[in-house]
Order: sequence, then C-alpha cells, then structure tokens
Amino acid sequence: MSILVDEQTRLLVQGITGNEGSFHTQRCIEYGTKVVAGVTPGKGGSRVLGVPVFDNVERAVAETEANASIIFVPPAFATDAILEAVDAGLPLIVCITEGIPVLDMVKVHSYLKGKQARLVGPNCPGVISPGKCKVGLMVGEIHLPGNVGVISRSGTLTYDVVAQLSELGIGQSTCVGIGGDALPGSTFVDILRLFEADKDTKAIVLIGEIGGTLEQEAAEFIKNEMTKPVVAFVAGSTAPPGKRMGHAGAIITGTAGKASEKIKALSAGGATIAPNPAEIGLTMQKVLDSSRSFRM
Amino acid sequence: MGQYGIPVPRGRVASTPAEAREIATELGAKVVIKAQIHAGGRGKADGIKIVNSPEEAEIAASELIGTRLVTHQTGPEGVPVSKVLVEKASDVERELYLSILIDGAKRLPLMMASEAGGMEIEEVAQASPEKIFKAYIDLAVGFQPYQGRKLAYGMNLSGDQLREAVSLMGKLYELFIAKDCSLAEINPLVTTAAGRLIALDAKLNFDDNALFRHKDIQELQDKEQEEPLEAQARELGINNYVKMDGNIGCMVNGAGLAMALNDLISGCGGSAANFLDIGTVNNIDRAVNSFRMFAADSRVKAVLVNIFGGMARVDVIARGIVKAYQQLDIRFPVVIRLAGTNVDEGKRILVQSGISFIGAEDFYDGAHKAVETARGIIS
Repeated sequence: MSILVDEQTRLLVQGITGNEGSFHTQRCIEYGTKVVAGVTPGKGGSRVLGVPVFDNVERAVAETEANASIIFVPPAFATDAILEAVDAGLPLIVCITEGIPVLDMVKVHSYLKGKQARLVGPNCPGVISPGKCKVGLMVGEIHLPGNVGVISRSGTLTYDVVAQLSELGIGQSTCVGIGGDALPGSTFVDILRLFEADKDTKAIVLIGEIGGTLEQEAAEFIKNEMTKPVVAFVAGSTAPPGKRMGHAGAIITGTAGKASEKIKALSAGGATIAPNPAEIGLTMQKVLDSSRSFRM
Repeated sequence: MGQYGIPVPRGRVASTPAEAREIATELGAKVVIKAQIHAGGRGKADGIKIVNSPEEAEIAASELIGTRLVTHQTGPEGVPVSKVLVEKASDVERELYLSILIDGAKRLPLMMASEAGGMEIEEVAQASPEKIFKAYIDLAVGFQPYQGRKLAYGMNLSGDQLREAVSLMGKLYELFIAKDCSLAEINPLVTTAAGRLIALDAKLNFDDNALFRHKDIQELQDKEQEEPLEAQARELGINNYVKMDGNIGCMVNGAGLAMALNDLISGCGGSAANFLDIGTVNNIDRAVNSFRMFAADSRVKAVLVNIFGGMARVDVIARGIVKAYQQLDIRFPVVIRLAGTNVDEGKRILVQSGISFIGAEDFYDGAHKAVETARGIIS
C-alpha cells in the first residue's frame, strides 16, 4: 500500500498545454502514471502527448473517470482551477502553482470545509508512490519503493533526502510535498494521520522549516497519536529572524517560528531529530535498525 | 488608512526642514515629526520627535532628513531617512493596540486588540497574555459588530468610544481585505482628552503574492529603504535573496534546500554570505545574475552552487554558470554540486567548457569543501 496515489490513480492535468504542464505530464507518463485527461479552457477536443484535452474539469471527469488532478495554472487563475476540481468531485487535488495570494487560499480553505476533496499544495512538488505513480515534479529515478513515508514543506531538499534514503537502500512508501506556502491544503498532521493508518509505512521522515506552527502541531500529533517512529529535520536554523515574517505575525507563532523552537517541540513529541540535513538518511537508518532489534 | 475612514492625525509629509516648518505653522502648536522608513521601532530609536514650535520642527526635521536610522528592525546599517511626516500632536489619554493578520492554524483573518498599546505586542503576549483579545473573521460573512464589541470591551472602552472603536475595526478589516494585507497594525491606537480615537501610528504589510493586483502598492516600493545587495538582487530578477553575515556565496534551487545548505555550512564551521534561491524557472540569465551578485559582494571568499534538478534542469543551470565565467571576472573559487534532472548533461557542459571549479559529490561534501575553500585550505 501507499497513500494518496497508486496504480488506481487516473490523473487529470489542469494546464496541460502550458510549458511546465506538458513537460511534467510527459515525465509522469514516462514514470508510469495513468494520465487520462488534460484541461485547458478553449483547447477542448485536441490531444497533447496522446492525452485528450477538455474545456472543463467536469466534462473530463465524466468522460475519463479521472480521480485525481494536478494543477499547473498561473497564480492569478489557480484558485479558480482548484475550486473547479473540488466541484467536479475529484478526491485528490495537487496544486503545483507558486504565488497564490494568501487571502485566496483562505477562501479555498473555507470552501473545502465539509467536502471530500483533499488538496495538497499549493507551491509544492507533488506526491509520488515509488514504482506506482508520480503526480508531481520530482525526479522519478531517485526514488525506491519501500516502507518509509516522507512529508516535507520543501521541494528540492526533499529530493536530496530521498536520494540519501535510496542510497542507503531505504525505500519510500509515498513522498508528499505539502508545499512552502503559509496555508497549505494538507498539513503535516493530515499526512501523518494517513501514514499512521497505512500498513506498508513503517516509519516517517518529516522535513519542516521556519515560520508558522505546522511543526508544533505535528509534534502534538506524534506525541498523542503516532505509534510509528518519526525522524525530523527543520531547515532554517541560521535564517535571520524577521526577514520574511511580518512583525505581528510573530505574536501567534511568537518565538515558535524559529527552527530551534520547532526542533524542541518535535523532539519533545518523540521524533528523532537529524543532526544536519546531510544525515537525515543515516538517522532514519539508525531508527530502523533499533526498532528492528527491539522487535526481536 | 485615511482613505478608508480610519481617523489619523492631521499632517503631511515633508522632504526638507523648511517644508516641515511650513507644515508645522499650518497645523499650529505642538507637532510630531516622524521619520518615514519602512520599518518599525522608530520611537525607541529617536526617529519620532515631539516639538512645540515651527522653529523646533525645522530643527527636528533637519536632524532626521539625510541621516540613517537604526532600529531593532532595520539591521545595523539602518535605513536612510529622506522624508518626515509632520503631524498635529494628539492629547493622548490611553494607548491601545489593534491589528489584523492571517492566522496559520485556523486559516482565517485574526483581529487582535489590547489595552496595552504603545509597546511591542510580543512583549505583551509574554508578560500578560490575558490582555490580548482575539476574534477570528469568517470571509463569507466578514467582520461582525459583536466581535468588535467583544474586543472593545476587552480594551476597556465604553459608550461612544466603544461604538467608534467597532466602526474603526470594520474599516480596518475592509482595508485589510481590499489591499491584500498580511498585517494591518495600529499601535498605538489612542484615546484623546476630547474622547476621540485616533490611529497614532500604524504598519501595513502586504502579501507579495498579491502585488500583481495592486499597482498602487507596487508604487510604494522604495529601493532606498532596502538593503543594497537585496535591492540589487531584485533588480537582477532574483527575488529570493537575503544578505547574511558570512563569506560563502550560495546559489541553490529551492528555499528549503537553500536554508538547509546555510545550516550545513554553519555546521561545518563556516558561514554563508547570503541565502539565494534561484527558483524553478529554467533561465540561464538567473544563474549568470547570481554570479553577478557574488562578484558585487566584496565579502565573498568562495561560492557554493548546489542544484538538485526537478522542475529546474541541471543542464540549463550549467550553461548559466559557464556563461557567467565568460561574461564576468570570477576571482573566487567555486564549488559545484549538481544532481537531479539532466545531471549528466549538466556535468558534461561544465567539464567541456574548461572552466575551473571544484566538484562536490553530495550536499555535505559541497558544504565542507566550500568552508575549507573560503578559509584558503583548499583551492
């Protein structure tokens, strides 16, 4: 098993005719993902990379039974694309787009309440279940099928971590990039919950970064509800304070936005902290070894 | 704020001391001279002066205009003061606090009010959190008067002042939404001897992602207020550049990887000169311009390039690096680590170009070599 995407995934690409959309659609197809439809308003009836293109998502879903969407649409139109996918009843929506205004995401979140759709992203590299299905930008070759789940706010740092794991022979069940925006569709807690319930995931790598309180929420969840080991790293220990975050934004998160505070919380929650970003794979190896010997 | 009907002190901006004197004469009696900078903490840094006559206004303005103001939010170099705001002084009775921001956990706008205004709200949150009152606002229904009353009671207002405060909160929310703010903060919001409420000082932060729909806010951008290297980077199309304290220039794709790399450099005993995320756009000039930044930064003793291709293609970045060597006078050693999409092609381009660089196997190797190189141990 794995979470979110697998051999049953029938992918629809919103913005398939754009540069990035078509480039990555091709990579997903090469990886083995079943891409069943594309949507670009005004280009319905054509084909891109052998994939039929529709004018809207509803029609595409009706004709192809797509059950997941990936969005490559410019920020000014991305909210519309997300809402269209939600309305068409797609259970999984992965939004790659970077630069969506925060207030637009507040609206999206309030619209998502009570609906079935799960949004991953925006501003994320997507989701991959190695050997099964890739719905995102990540380099397929660095992944190895296996039993470690990966969740991250970062894109390229995740690639590095996955490469570290694969190099050590530690395969991944699913890797989820939740994205670097302030209001991600899925949080660490949302994905941790899925991994905890997935019988093929034995351990989880969590990669956080400065700002917000997602890591602290994850720490609480790990403490109270996780039985599987979690290895964590938080990027930005050397980041100067106040550079990106608004002044009063710091009141809720307060010092909580700092890497040191997040690391403290995750550690207290029971996660094993990787000493540096180059040793996340090694840290996971040690955790797996000790849990193995424990079981014997 | 004035445009949205929020009461602000009467006054105008002056670019010269003479102009400040003129405005002070118009306003009469006591005035306040405020340095106009894009940072907070002015009060403690002597950036705000209260004077009793037009003559004193002129002197106070001359002491501010043309200087650099250093506050706890500006960094040690400070920022230049080219203008001052001359305002009629208010007869302050109480100093309150009011702000709106987006709460990440609830994913909603959050309005906060406190009767402990005039000081850093972080300090209030630590010392007396019970003095901070909160209301989450649902976008569909907007700010509601009952929420305003709750916050106003929390600030110990009553009668006309309570009604005025609720109306002011509604206007601040309207402004927050209309201009895509990430923070709208009035501190202090004061009550005057005459019983009025006035926004004596305020700070608005805007969502960078929403600037495309706000031409008027884009125009408020003031290059002089930015850190010079950061301003230069932005002009070169590198939006994610932050100056740091060290001597290793870093070029990375992806913000998380860039932060992690800086952490790793620190762990290896070195220090990064900057945070630089070239982003995911496949643009040769972005790489060339990154090197232009390193060449412009006299502190840089070594450069570390760490690219893990995904959306960004390694071969494109490699072409950019080669072009940078051709166009610029590169005098610092360069450590390069490449991985990911089209990595073999990228490495081939670098090697065939004949440029001199130090190759790194992985993340750690790159950081380690960059630190040693910057120290002059390897070259």
